[in-house]
Amino acid sequence: MADDAYNYAYLDEQTKRMIRRAILKAVAVPGYQVPFGGREMPLPYGWGTGGIQVTAAIIGRDDTLKVIDQGADDTTNAVSIRRFFAKVAEVATTTRTDEATVIQTRHRVPETPLREGQILVFQVPIPEPLRMLEPRETETRTLHALSEYGVMQVSLYESIARHGRISKGYNYPVMVNGRYIMSPSPIPKFDNPKLDRSPALQLYGAGREKRIYAVPPYTPVKSLDFDDHPFEIETWEQCCALCGSKESFLDEMIVDDDGKHLFVCSDTDYCERRRTLPEAAE
Amino acid sequence: MSNGHMTDLRTLAPGLADPAHDAQQLFRAVLDATSRPGRIVSLPAAPAGPGTPSAAATAYLLTLADRDTPVWLADAFDRPEVRDFLRFHAGAPIVTKRAEAVFAVLASATPQPFEGFNLGSDAYPDRSATLIVEVPDLRGGPTRQWHGPGIDGRAAVAVAGLAEDFWQDWAANHTLFPCGVDIVFTARTELCALPRSVAVEV
Amino acid sequence: MYVAVKGGETAIAHSLDLLADKRRGDRAIAELSLEQIDQQLGLAVDRVMTEGSCYDRSLAALAIKQARGDLIEAIFLLRAYRTTLPRFGDSLPLDTSAMVAERRISSTFKDVPGGQVLGPTYDYTHRLLDFSLAAAGDRPAAPTAPADTNRSLPRVGDILEREGMLEPPPRDGASEDLTRRPLTLPASRPVRLQNLARGDEGFLLALGYSTQRGYGNNHPFVGEIRYGHVPVGFVPEELGFAIEIAEIDVTECDMVNQFAGSHDVPPQFTRGYGLAFGHSERKAMSMALVDRALRAEELSESATSPAQDEEFVLAHSDNVEASGFVQHLKLPHYVDFQSELVVVRALRAEVEARRRQAVLDQAAE
Repeated sequence: MADDAYNYAYLDEQTKRMIRRAILKAVAVPGYQVPFGGREMPLPYGWGTGGIQVTAAIIGRDDTLKVIDQGADDTTNAVSIRRFFAKVAEVATTTRTDEATVIQTRHRVPETPLREGQILVFQVPIPEPLRMLEPRETETRTLHALSEYGVMQVSLYESIARHGRISKGYNYPVMVNGRYIMSPSPIPKFDNPKLDRSPALQLYGAGREKRIYAVPPYTPVKSLDFDDHPFEIETWEQCCALCGSKESFLDEMIVDDDGKHLFVCSDTDYCERRRTLPEAAE
Repeated sequence: MSNGHMTDLRTLAPGLADPAHDAQQLFRAVLDATSRPGRIVSLPAAPAGPGTPSAAATAYLLTLADRDTPVWLADAFDRPEVRDFLRFHAGAPIVTKRAEAVFAVLASATPQPFEGFNLGSDAYPDRSATLIVEVPDLRGGPTRQWHGPGIDGRAAVAVAGLAEDFWQDWAANHTLFPCGVDIVFTARTELCALPRSVAVEV
Repeated sequence: MYVAVKGGETAIAHSLDLLADKRRGDRAIAELSLEQIDQQLGLAVDRVMTEGSCYDRSLAALAIKQARGDLIEAIFLLRAYRTTLPRFGDSLPLDTSAMVAERRISSTFKDVPGGQVLGPTYDYTHRLLDFSLAAAGDRPAAPTAPADTNRSLPRVGDILEREGMLEPPPRDGASEDLTRRPLTLPASRPVRLQNLARGDEGFLLALGYSTQRGYGNNHPFVGEIRYGHVPVGFVPEELGFAIEIAEIDVTECDMVNQFAGSHDVPPQFTRGYGLAFGHSERKAMSMALVDRALRAEELSESATSPAQDEEFVLAHSDNVEASGFVQHLKLPHYVDFQSELVVVRALRAEVEARRRQAVLDQAAE
């Protein structure tokens, strides 16, 4: 039940309209960060307020919502956000990727391929991919306007010069539709290929920084690289200790005082489906 | 506000019956259309509105326009009942200068459809206007191939009633990317979106 | 089988119960009332109202109680409530010359029209713990003011301005509302002032202090600080004329700073402005120092210090944003960390392999 003191989905209608207009402009200019009048939410900044505002502006009673953090449905913040929407938006929730119409995520893209009609909402801490190279918003805005991305190329090249490879593991920058360099949010680079020409709509919300951006379905998303140093994703020698998957992103756990390691799927729904449905493990 | 003209509430067409939920459903239809250009989306919750423009055009405005978004009306739609409807239900200011508009409602025959609207800037391309172009039909016109973000390969779209040089103008708008206006074609209770990112083969 | 400890519904529910229990503390001790917080922790209420941008003493008191006295948490609670409230319109600008002042001092003149009114201040207390406060007891009644409280107090700044000695207040642009629209840079002065008024007192204090230590010095003088009650006017659209909707307490600081001028332009003192809800002198003064520092570019000064850097100041002043982002590091980051582990392990393996090869090469020579 929605609390009568608050509007449906918490935000007032005027705020929703403002966010909805920003979302449409974000879809029209893929990868460009649209400034929006972000509101204080009842959860702290940095804990998903951007994603929550985007979800609150799009969600309706017909939706089925899935919320994940680190790929898992049962991490505390995912539970907290899912509980929030179940309460304020009277919405059905699920842990199943294939059943969800809206998936709000922090730090992962589900392993189960997404389909047309699904919306993936990313929580974004720092939306500006150039921020760690140039702290000034006025500067980075100009760099995007001029499509002047040399500073990023130099940074990646320096990494190769020092380490022999691009040493960025997560939040690995991408080029969207050949025009804007975009932060995919702090997902592991393992997930970057899933963003490319995805049939689902990707919406990115940064609450504290007050930016919304989007990647429409079937839009080219290229991870930055060099001809002689092509983009590559993480691999493990181990497989998931629970479902045996060799294809999924693995979390590492330290299981005893001697520092023994164990690897399990980060995507809990994917892992559970493989364990309960043998055919899914094919 | 209404410059001496009193809105007659007895003749005013009704707005959204269930504002929060209708607007949410309408927005999702609009979002679906915008993220998949060329796809014709029907708006189940659209109220009839003042007659012309179509239910789809007025539903689009009821969903997205408010006191922060000035609306420009082409001559064909600049009538008291349309103005009253938008002022009363959306609270949107009606402007006569194209450059001030966030949303504009055009007829398919409106001359120089792109002229004078805000195109955004390289630093803030999101500040450009959205044009709602009312057409007789979203189907049955000359077929054009659309391609770009949101389209898997190509989409064959046959919007009817557009002027000969409309697509040349669109090509010019598309080359301004990331600047440029976005378009929503509307007819009856259906709409089809054409964001600036989409190229249309002439 | 080892099972990773993961929080769920139950863990969160228990955490909330534990928090409620901690908040209440020993049940044998009487519970705080909102009136007690309002009356006896009034300066905490003032700060929460100021940085929460919401003038409501009882809501601020409630937030303080709920936050167990953590003022930044209380500010967050009040903000998150405020943002859901409908907007009816903008009030008229406050006329602080119509203030019924409880306190009013100027450091630039020995005496000013209306006089120096010390009022309630910690300034001249000796900071000795008053152990008599540890026990409840009656306190002496306040002295009654001999001054005519109905008399309006002309602002010192206005007097200097009439003489041409002080620049008129800068007027650049209509007011905007940061809580409705995102910050764009460069910001207009009204937006900067709104940002500073909502900004963290400690952050502004440190920045203001830094200007006094040479990081963007402006040679400030306290033209005037006043604290008291002012009426709030509002013009309802259906009435068409102003009505008084409230009376609020504010602290205002007019800082008079280093003069500008040139061969052709006669020198003038310049202004920095601070305003805070309730009695918040430290905040109002810090705000005025930082406001003046941020005018460096407008006044053709070289802007090389942190307090003069608009983007740096405005982007980091908000303690609700800052607190959230700092504390979000408590959230799980094991996916990111795993990516880093994979990268670092690979890099270490490569270095190790190169080293081994170098040893082999050397042995082969």
